[in-house]
Amino acid sequence: MTKLAYYPGCTLKTTAKNFDDSTVASAKALGIELVEPERWNCCGTVHALAKDDVMHHLAPVRNMLRVQEMNSEGQVDSKEMITLCAMCYNTLKRSNQTFNEDSDKKQKIQDIMFKEEATYSGSVEVKHFLETLKEMGWDKVKEAVKTPLTGLKVAPYYGCLLLRPRGIGIDDTDNPRIIEDLFEALGAEVVNFAYKQKCCGSYNTVHMKEVVGDLAHKILKQAKDGGADILATACPLCEYNLGPRQEQVKVQYPSFDSIPVVYFTQLMSLAFGLGDEAMAFEANRPDPRPLLREKGLLEE
Amino acid sequence: MSSFRSTSVLRLHPENKVFNERIKELSGEEIDLCFQCGACSSGCPMTQEMDYLPSKIIRMTQLGLDEALDSGTIWVCTTCFNCEVSCPRGIDVANVMESLRQLVLRKKYDRVSLDELTPEELRELPPIAIISNQRKLTG
Amino acid sequence: MENNSEKITIYVMGKKHMVPEDLTIMKAMEYSGHQFTRGAGCRGGYCGACATLYRKKGSYKLEGALACQKIVEDGMYIAQIPFSPAEKKTYILDEIKPEAATILEYYPEVSRCLACNTCTKACPQDIMVMDYVQASLRGDITQAAKLSFDCISCGLCAVRCPAEIVPYNVSQLARRLYAKYIDGPSEHVLERVKEVEEGVYDQDIKELMTASKETLAERYNTREIDLNE
Repeated sequence: MTKLAYYPGCTLKTTAKNFDDSTVASAKALGIELVEPERWNCCGTVHALAKDDVMHHLAPVRNMLRVQEMNSEGQVDSKEMITLCAMCYNTLKRSNQTFNEDSDKKQKIQDIMFKEEATYSGSVEVKHFLETLKEMGWDKVKEAVKTPLTGLKVAPYYGCLLLRPRGIGIDDTDNPRIIEDLFEALGAEVVNFAYKQKCCGSYNTVHMKEVVGDLAHKILKQAKDGGADILATACPLCEYNLGPRQEQVKVQYPSFDSIPVVYFTQLMSLAFGLGDEAMAFEANRPDPRPLLREKGLLEE
Repeated sequence: MSSFRSTSVLRLHPENKVFNERIKELSGEEIDLCFQCGACSSGCPMTQEMDYLPSKIIRMTQLGLDEALDSGTIWVCTTCFNCEVSCPRGIDVANVMESLRQLVLRKKYDRVSLDELTPEELRELPPIAIISNQRKLTG
Repeated sequence: MENNSEKITIYVMGKKHMVPEDLTIMKAMEYSGHQFTRGAGCRGGYCGACATLYRKKGSYKLEGALACQKIVEDGMYIAQIPFSPAEKKTYILDEIKPEAATILEYYPEVSRCLACNTCTKACPQDIMVMDYVQASLRGDITQAAKLSFDCISCGLCAVRCPAEIVPYNVSQLARRLYAKYIDGPSEHVLERVKEVEEGVYDQDIKELMTASKETLAERYNTREIDLNE
């Protein structure tokens, strides 16, 4: 087992527990033990874009310091910090970059963090779990498959922060392949659709749910029109806006037919045969299980 | 919108230079490079909710017109960075939007309030939604 | 009051005073003629009433302390924070669950936490305040309760928080949830309650209730204290 530091983020510990459970289990099936730091804090969810903003870098940097400590104590095998949530990934990766490139900010951050016992050196490498899979090789993933997702038409939904901005994204901004490659390795049929990188409306879901209803409708309809049975995502905010928010879509578009939205790791757990606890489909809205049973991938 | 509409010749007037410089400083973007191709606006998923297109907001900042601060556009931008990857001049429009929001938020203004959410919404919404909403839209 | 200790200088609300160097902030303030009508309580470090902010001469750091516990230092600039404005939410413990959604429903402002750690720096009890706020945000009620156990609600964290969180109210909710749903009832308390109800202590209580002031004073002064208990 390779031990890697794993930063789950707040939402994977609460409303997206199914993302957390399915990730830890499917990583294990691939020989990776994801080790959570004993202490960690919210990353802040969004990167501090204003050039004079130092305060909002503290949260991400503090988390990277935790991983550095795990490293120096020999708890993990590499300097990598594995993330799952697209927003966590983006925020941590960008702050790490800012910390390493802007010596003035670095100094200020370290000054404010005087209470910490150690000083962050900038050495941690922020990664997304999908990148880990790609590096491991899709053949390795294929080898772990027990139930190929044959006949399941999966639409990969990237959203924004896995791919943008330039230099931060985990794959080509215009023509990403990484989730497609994963699902091909899992034996599914990949549905390409135009809106896979379009924004779901993000945090506007809190105070402008009609706007999110419109955007979700466009994205989901595109995927359905392309023949998709199910969408797979890597962001708990996208999952919420495209999944549970379908109730809002139906209010605005009464003829809309629902389509399940799941985390890519849940389908990995299904293909790897890791059981109900790992897949945790009961937490998804709409429920993906009737579809998966119909496809003969889940037992009745 | 008075000065924006009444300015017969669109150029950076000396009295508007301060605002133009402030946006450059806060966003770190070379906004003067923009030649109004409109790529940012064409890719933006939120334009139907906006009063000014993103490219127009950039033009306003080039001209140092602080009316940009009164636009609804800056508040519906979701920072999805579609504009950033589309811009042929390398401007991160999302950074400019952020600097405009920050200038308003730093004057004791909050766009949203947690007090307006019902207990049901607070229980139902994922933490990621509430946290990012607060981060982006409150000071 | 006679005190032969060396005198040092402190500044109370900007006014200079010479006070003996071995006094607590509270005693030094009383020594210099101040009378506490608010901002003093148990004088033993338990009640949290005497929250104080200070800066030391030659340092930019703003520090927090309990006036009844902290010994004065030369050149200290002192301000009392007898009260921090905060709203404590009303909830029925039987009707709520030990999860993140409960915390967010009653104290949604925890979602504004920046992890700046200013609260931890201000805490006179050396509690990892930021860590417990973060634990409650992600629904780790056990950790939030355990980390915050020593909190005495002095309010300094709330005054210093840039996200306008009132950490001590959040942690009280977390500890109540922990006690009710996770830790469970404590056996020795149940046993003692049963003894009380059975009248085991009735005679002792009666004796105390009818004792004279002198007897009570005598008993108090000669009481046995088991420091190991």
